[in-house]
Amino acid sequence: MKEQTLTPSDFEKLSQDEKQGEIVVRESISAWKDAWLRLKTNRMAMISLWILAFIILVTIFGQLIATHDYRTQDLQSTNMAPSSDHWFGTDSLGRDMFSRTWMGSGISLQVGIYAALVDLVVGVIMGGIMGYFGGKVDEVLNRFCEILYSIPSLLVVILLIVVMEPSMFTIIVALSITGWINMAWIVRGQIMQLKNQEYVLAARSLGAGPSRILLKHLIPNAMGPIIVTITMTVPNAIFAEAFLSFLGLGVQSPAASLGTLINDAIKAMTVYPWRMLFPATLISLTMLCFNIFGDGLRDALDPKMKK
Amino acid sequence: MLKKKHGFTLISVLLALALVAVGCTPKEESGSSEAPVFRMNLATEPPSLDPAQVQDQVSATVVNGLYEGLTRKDDKGDVVPGMAKEWKISDDGKTYTFTIRDDAKWSNGDAVTAGDFEYAWKRALDPNLKPAASAYAYQLYYIKNAEAYNTGADGVTADDVAVKAIDEQTLQVELNSPTPYFLGLMSFTVFFPVHQSAKDNEAWATDVSTMITNGSFKMSEWKKNNSITLVKDDNYYAKDDVKLTKVVFSEVNDSNTELSMYQTGELDFAGMPTGLIPNEQFPTLKKNNADEFKVQGSASIYYYLFNTTLKPYSNVKVREALSMAINRQDIVDNVTKGGQTPAYGIVPPGIKGEKDDFRSEHPDSAYFKEDLAEAKKLLAEGLAEEGLTAMPTVKLTYNTNELHQAVAEAIAEMWSKNLGIKTEVSKQEWGVFLDNRNHLNYDVARGGWGADYNDPMTFIDLFSSKSGNNNTGFAKPEYDALIKEAYSTDDQAKRMAAMSKAEEMVVGKDRAIMPIYYYSTVYMIKPGFKGIFIDYKGDIDYNRGDYEAK
Amino acid sequence: MVRYVLQKLLFMLVSIFVLASATFFLMKAIPGNPFQSEKNIPAAIQERLNEEYGLNDPLGVQYLHYMNNLIHFDLGTSMKQQYVTVIDIIKTGFIYSLQIGIFAIIVAVAAGVLFGLIAALNHRKFLDGFTILIAVIGVSIPNFVVATGLQWIFGVKLRVLDVAGLNDPTDFIMPVLALSFLPAAFIARLVRSSMLEVLSADYMKTARAKGLSGRVILVRHALRNAILPVVTYIGPMTANIITGSVVIEQIFGIGGLGKFFVNSITNRDYTLIMGLTLFYAVILMLARFLTDIAYGFVDPRIKLSRGKGG
Repeated sequence: MKEQTLTPSDFEKLSQDEKQGEIVVRESISAWKDAWLRLKTNRMAMISLWILAFIILVTIFGQLIATHDYRTQDLQSTNMAPSSDHWFGTDSLGRDMFSRTWMGSGISLQVGIYAALVDLVVGVIMGGIMGYFGGKVDEVLNRFCEILYSIPSLLVVILLIVVMEPSMFTIIVALSITGWINMAWIVRGQIMQLKNQEYVLAARSLGAGPSRILLKHLIPNAMGPIIVTITMTVPNAIFAEAFLSFLGLGVQSPAASLGTLINDAIKAMTVYPWRMLFPATLISLTMLCFNIFGDGLRDALDPKMKK
Repeated sequence: MLKKKHGFTLISVLLALALVAVGCTPKEESGSSEAPVFRMNLATEPPSLDPAQVQDQVSATVVNGLYEGLTRKDDKGDVVPGMAKEWKISDDGKTYTFTIRDDAKWSNGDAVTAGDFEYAWKRALDPNLKPAASAYAYQLYYIKNAEAYNTGADGVTADDVAVKAIDEQTLQVELNSPTPYFLGLMSFTVFFPVHQSAKDNEAWATDVSTMITNGSFKMSEWKKNNSITLVKDDNYYAKDDVKLTKVVFSEVNDSNTELSMYQTGELDFAGMPTGLIPNEQFPTLKKNNADEFKVQGSASIYYYLFNTTLKPYSNVKVREALSMAINRQDIVDNVTKGGQTPAYGIVPPGIKGEKDDFRSEHPDSAYFKEDLAEAKKLLAEGLAEEGLTAMPTVKLTYNTNELHQAVAEAIAEMWSKNLGIKTEVSKQEWGVFLDNRNHLNYDVARGGWGADYNDPMTFIDLFSSKSGNNNTGFAKPEYDALIKEAYSTDDQAKRMAAMSKAEEMVVGKDRAIMPIYYYSTVYMIKPGFKGIFIDYKGDIDYNRGDYEAK
Repeated sequence: MVRYVLQKLLFMLVSIFVLASATFFLMKAIPGNPFQSEKNIPAAIQERLNEEYGLNDPLGVQYLHYMNNLIHFDLGTSMKQQYVTVIDIIKTGFIYSLQIGIFAIIVAVAAGVLFGLIAALNHRKFLDGFTILIAVIGVSIPNFVVATGLQWIFGVKLRVLDVAGLNDPTDFIMPVLALSFLPAAFIARLVRSSMLEVLSADYMKTARAKGLSGRVILVRHALRNAILPVVTYIGPMTANIITGSVVIEQIFGIGGLGKFFVNSITNRDYTLIMGLTLFYAVILMLARFLTDIAYGFVDPRIKLSRGKGG
């Protein structure tokens, strides 16, 4: 090895210019910020995000702007076309379709969001355990998932809804029975890839327990695919709820979801088209935005797609 | 763009494959005047076409074309000879002697004999009938010893049941008590004859080749869960009166689709009894298709039951208040929209009374009237009697159905507006609903009841303490006594008076139920069809149908 | 390979057993019975019916009885449709469901791959945006709205197709279209994104450098790889189409198996509920099994002996 010799010149102060060269001029960009910047360049995704934000806002405050309560009936003015009094017209019991549509949007969104949350919690825990521990634990849990996955879920969902009282809670439970499996598998795959990386080894040798490693190290790093999966779960659950409404298993009136509103209107589609038009457009728009935004998010979070 | 071409080739190949896969069944066209065909919708597969097993309207609609009983009913509802050309009734009204017509034939050419009827009735009463005992066997209980045999009483055999074929053409029946409507019952499915080949083949009624029938039509094709086709039976004694050559039943369970099929000419008949037209379309159809859109009363009642065993519904004033505080006309006009009649009693119009219609002889307006001020007063009094300061939230349950839901919501709103009561409407799946209702596990629940035979008793009987369908907790010895009185005589004036008193007791005094409306049958039929009619209880009769092109 | 298949089959048997047991007890937890109606039948007759169908036995006995029959491939007879075996109901109904289901899958794959390719090959041009917009709209409209819309336009307004039934070959057009709408749109998006990925991959550059013609590259290299995600979608798509058929069959009045999903449960037709659950479970398992096998064929990197990949 070459002997190192130090001269006094090594200890001279840097000039101001030289100092500047070492400073990172560009702000340090976290992975999240990077993704956000990428997402911002995706025009369609951003438009979708804004529309979604708008839909959610109107859903929350819709009851306040509405000229009528969503429950109040008026049997003398049923099935009215849109007017300045009833912006979206009235339904077969003379209730205001504007407030009902936004009420419906609220319930549909809630079903979607809660179902996604259940998927998130159960799926991430199960997937994390499978992926982290591997071996026998993985084998058993994986088999369990596969059995659940082979259930014709529709039959079970109908059975469950019949056994329990029809409500939003029931629908969410029924949808969640098999909903989380996909998420679990995605998390499992991610964790398996990540768990042998150096920073995990480092954490482990520093004495971190499995739950700390999972929660602090592995799951945050698998967040990309998890978020993308969630943006896909929400619209799927909204759709599933609409489907159940078509079978008469939707939420209890006078509450309404977009699904029950469409189903009520479909029988009168040819005579009172507006009753169908507004909720159907809203559900499609919501789905459309979730899908486009989800796609954009995936592109932004998935490094493979980086140009 | 090469790919595109390939894609289209692929799709066209697939369509060609589809062609081969299905095979082309010629489509059934609407009838011509020479060979008229009648097409209607059953909505679902009939659970059984064995007359002894029929218990629903879908099965009955098909079986009514396949079989004929001892009597028939004409389009006015009057009893006319069927398989029996004549009959004698003993002076005490208990013994009936039927003479079978000479030219009565089964679809395979065999003669229909008195023995076939004896066999069929005893078969329906057989407690060990396969695959299951007949659910409507109790309709035969008017016959002496029938109930004892059916319920397996000790020492009673089929031989003891008082129906006997004296010879090939003479059938003698002995009843427990005089039953003025017994002749009318002969056109009810469970009284139809069954060919004795059924003895050797339990599953005879599930296959076209083994179904031997005696009605205007015979089965020609049964595509399970898809469609049923009947053709005119040339062995039928009155084949010259049967003008339709074919009746085709489809099984489409969607009211929108059914209406579209009618509008595009794929069906000649849409709507009740077995199908459905979306009620939201009624006003438009009525306006645009006035000559095809028909509304007719049917002998069924739509009502709400009170759980009289539960506070505060145990208080008659509370029940009375709830019943008085709704606007039935509003519900009929603006919610159901199907030409129903507001109901204040339980016996619907169309049921025969002493000489005329029971309802017009004993108007239901006598029982109670809607009255908001009175309702408020009664509610306050009732609650005070029960020691309550406010009415608890009413839970109103109904079985999942769009119409029941609309009615329930409208009534909930009326109660809220008129009485300040909070109501929670709650839909329940059919089986769950029935289970809860049977076990009195409800506050207020929906109910419906249709006539089994043309006599007020079919409704009055419902609220006897022994009835399995009472479901209200209402039980009054006085009520049972009135029923007994009506059963004991064949003096129509006395019977009707007793039943009217009973009706007043349950609706007007005790108010165990709250009548809402008398049902109607809403249907559409293509112009040109004649002789197809809906009877008093809403069943369709197409046996003497005809078609004349305009 | 043989071992893998045997292992999978064994696992399927275990799954069926677990599923059958779970469904059995869940189904029995619902109140009601197969003989209920608005008009209650007399108690004595009800009792005899229960006896006849073994509904009075303790639940455990009923369960063992059912399982014993199941081992002998006996699904029993329907409790609602007299003398009709569950197998018969499944057989007659499934023919229709299978026909529209298979056509729907074929149309979905064909149209999906086609449009996905068009979009990818015209990346960032008008056709790309247009196809993708259509595809996203495709996954955004509930299928009962699509079906009702089609029926109203082509059946009632234009009168070019029959509103309901499955009698002519043309009767297939609307149900198949309505059923394949969503999966086709989904596949188009899958194919587009994987195609874009593949087109920019190194081996494509190599192939191009070797001077292979555009068409050869497209078919032999690009398409084969781009189609991989579609293969993995076969399983979920089958499930999707089964669920979708419930709505489509109701709206187009097709006597397939779809209506029994709801009917069998409303009727408390216990044997039919069990039969349907098991039948569809087997189909779903087979679809997933085939996916695994197909994946092995399309992607040489996957060896089946390794079992389920991560």
